[in-house]
Amino acid sequence: MAVSNETSELKAGTGAAQAASGAKLSALFAGTMGPMIGLVLLCLALALTTDTFLTFRNILNVLDQVTVLGIMAIGMTLVILIGGIDLSVGSVLALASMVMGYVAYPDYLNLGVPVGIAAALVVAALCGLVSGLLVTVTKLPPFIATLAMMSVARGLANMITDGSQIVGFPDWFTNLSIVRHFGFLSVTVGLMIVLAIVFAVFLNYRATGRSLYAIGGSAEVARLSGIPVKSLTNWVYAICGLLAGLAGIVLAARLDSVQPSSGVGYELDTIAAVVIGGASLSGGIGSIGGTAIGVLIIGVLRNGLNLLGVSPFVQQVVIGVVIALAVATDTWRRRTQ
Amino acid sequence: MSLDPHTGGSPHNGLFVNGLCKSYGPVQVLADASFEVRPGEVVALLGENGAGKSTVSNIIAGSIKPDAGTIIWRGKPYSPANPAAAIEAGVGMIHQELKLLPDLSVAENVYVGRLPMRGGRIDRTTMNAKASAQLKRLGLDVSPERKVRTLRVAAQQQVEIAKALTLNAELLILDEPTAALGGEETELLFQQIRKLKAEGMSFIYISHRLDEIAQIADRVVVMRDGRIVARHERADIPVRTVVEQMVGRSVERMFPKLSPPGDKILLEVENLSSPERSFNNVSFSVKSGEILGIAGLIGAGRTELVRAIAGADPISSGAVRVAGQPIHLSGPAAAIKAGVVLVPEDRKAQGVVLEQTIGENLAIGNFDHVAPKGWVFPKAVQKFAEAGISRLGVKGRPNQAVSKLSGGNQQKVIIAKWVSRPPKVFILDEPTRGIDVGARAAIYDVIADLARSGMAVVVVSSDLEEVLGLSHRVLVLSRGRQRGILDRDEASNVAVMELATS
Repeated sequence: MAVSNETSELKAGTGAAQAASGAKLSALFAGTMGPMIGLVLLCLALALTTDTFLTFRNILNVLDQVTVLGIMAIGMTLVILIGGIDLSVGSVLALASMVMGYVAYPDYLNLGVPVGIAAALVVAALCGLVSGLLVTVTKLPPFIATLAMMSVARGLANMITDGSQIVGFPDWFTNLSIVRHFGFLSVTVGLMIVLAIVFAVFLNYRATGRSLYAIGGSAEVARLSGIPVKSLTNWVYAICGLLAGLAGIVLAARLDSVQPSSGVGYELDTIAAVVIGGASLSGGIGSIGGTAIGVLIIGVLRNGLNLLGVSPFVQQVVIGVVIALAVATDTWRRRTQ
Repeated sequence: MSLDPHTGGSPHNGLFVNGLCKSYGPVQVLADASFEVRPGEVVALLGENGAGKSTVSNIIAGSIKPDAGTIIWRGKPYSPANPAAAIEAGVGMIHQELKLLPDLSVAENVYVGRLPMRGGRIDRTTMNAKASAQLKRLGLDVSPERKVRTLRVAAQQQVEIAKALTLNAELLILDEPTAALGGEETELLFQQIRKLKAEGMSFIYISHRLDEIAQIADRVVVMRDGRIVARHERADIPVRTVVEQMVGRSVERMFPKLSPPGDKILLEVENLSSPERSFNNVSFSVKSGEILGIAGLIGAGRTELVRAIAGADPISSGAVRVAGQPIHLSGPAAAIKAGVVLVPEDRKAQGVVLEQTIGENLAIGNFDHVAPKGWVFPKAVQKFAEAGISRLGVKGRPNQAVSKLSGGNQQKVIIAKWVSRPPKVFILDEPTRGIDVGARAAIYDVIADLARSGMAVVVVSSDLEEVLGLSHRVLVLSRGRQRGILDRDEASNVAVMELATS
């Protein structure tokens, strides 16, 4: 679907971008100076206080741990950029993974993992599309529309197997997240990186991507300028759903199982990552580069606190404080500009 | 003025402002401002945006602290720490953007923060009765229990005034009170001001509409670049004199000379009606090189009409043809493609994305030009923006945020967005609303140039002088109906108002 389209665009895009100017990579991270400094300081602190943080192995661990969050955060970035919010991504993740398990698993439909993945992505994208239509046609506030979808998708996820989990997938599937090609790159981490690049290029260099910034800045200005605000909004929610579904498949590969209770609270982590990355919840401001940094800050923080032996309860407190700090400094910086 | 209360003794019980100064960093926004307001008089404070009117007003109303200078109010030194202290001392300010709570009732808004209580509960009977009395004093027949959201802007403004009255305000600062009002509503406001004036209330009246000043003000204070540059003891001074003092140079002519229109009809509107009946059966045509003005009171359907032609709002019946081709009004995108563009009424909410750069704002709506095959490159946007900036004379750079520009330059950015396409029909709704007098002439020149380059131009304005000075012909709407189209030589103030109020 959308993903394959974007991949072909990526090839043309990176070539053209390089042709236009060699230094344009900086544009992808424009306006993310604050979060970037935060991430560097965090890494420095952990490198000094632990002897394991700055090892090759641990860095790969961090990347593995953030794949699910990272993939979801890409979709959430688009939604937040147009001034929306998607609270349903955690539930859609669970629903998609249950659909995949149900379609693929021998005890149920037994159609094989590839068909399961396809079905899961379709269902996830449809969930997103429904949220989008609730926003654009029914005129529900995005918060309410996706709150409704959050509940519906969670219920559907539970209905599929009546609440029980499905364990055990083929080795080739679980290997996607385990086997490190070229000694460092698992397929799932690679997928996340490719998606991040594709969407960063899309947002920066495609007319449609720039239009999303205009919609977030002012939907009425965008509409009067001839931008198809409604259909783009539908697309954005559909893509956010699709990516949540993809994250569900990645999670299934990592855990070798699917369960309807997975992904609870992920929507808040995802929103936090996007916001820490400098996006504005009122729309129009944000970038994939910023989100990547936000995701890494959360990932590094969790990893580092684990290495330091800090209890999970204290970790929650720390992450909450970091969210408040990140957004407060960002607001302060903007005001003093 | 020899009215220093310290030396000459206080000749009256009003407001004396003495040598107020205010700087933000190195920028001095107010320098040695001194003037007085006597009891029972209206002092008009005039000046362009950034002249320091708001700074002075906000200091008097307690929301800004001066760096230097003193104020004497009713014989005592007065330096309010915050707006609440100013209100306590009897000084109120009605801001241009009304500060009401839309989902509360009229009475609740009047008494917000000091709701009358009885036995631990809000005493609604007393509150409604008291609010009702104040509204009657203003000649306003509105139920105190009605939600403010359901009121028209003019009535909402009167609720604010009623609120100030219940706070026993003796001095009221009105910041552009008529900006959103129509002719009748303005007249009602003036009546109320005159009535309160007779009761001894003083007013500081800020406005961009110079024609109002002679009607309502007793004296005039003109500001420029943070200084007071003129004080007039009478208000019936020639507009030209005031404008020259405001802009600091002589204003040769406000309106550009119009070139005669061409022969080709570019825009034809036939029996156009809106689903909400905000306009009915409107028909007109505009030729290449012609400027058609649309006049009418607020609520006459002018904005609704032009928005419909630009595809922004749906129509119920009728047809629009551009250069002879019927256009399907399915949305703004279709209209833009057919060559019809709109510079909307509300610049900040509908015209520009404030936090984006000039370049980004120009690119929106022109991706088909700046983004071949959908690829947008900063260099192409930059080049496109530079061309637009130089063509319209925008004072800014492509990578500058639009929020940092003056109103006039923001308006030029919106015009620049469309001008390169080039469109066939250029519609401008209130093109100079909230724009400095000095900067308006530049916008008028731009509009005349659009026509000269062969476009059909439609201008909607509440400023009658603007419509008359700028248009080849004037279409007058009243309550959604087309009352007539006047040629330039027969379109006078009186002729238009007669049709507009019919």
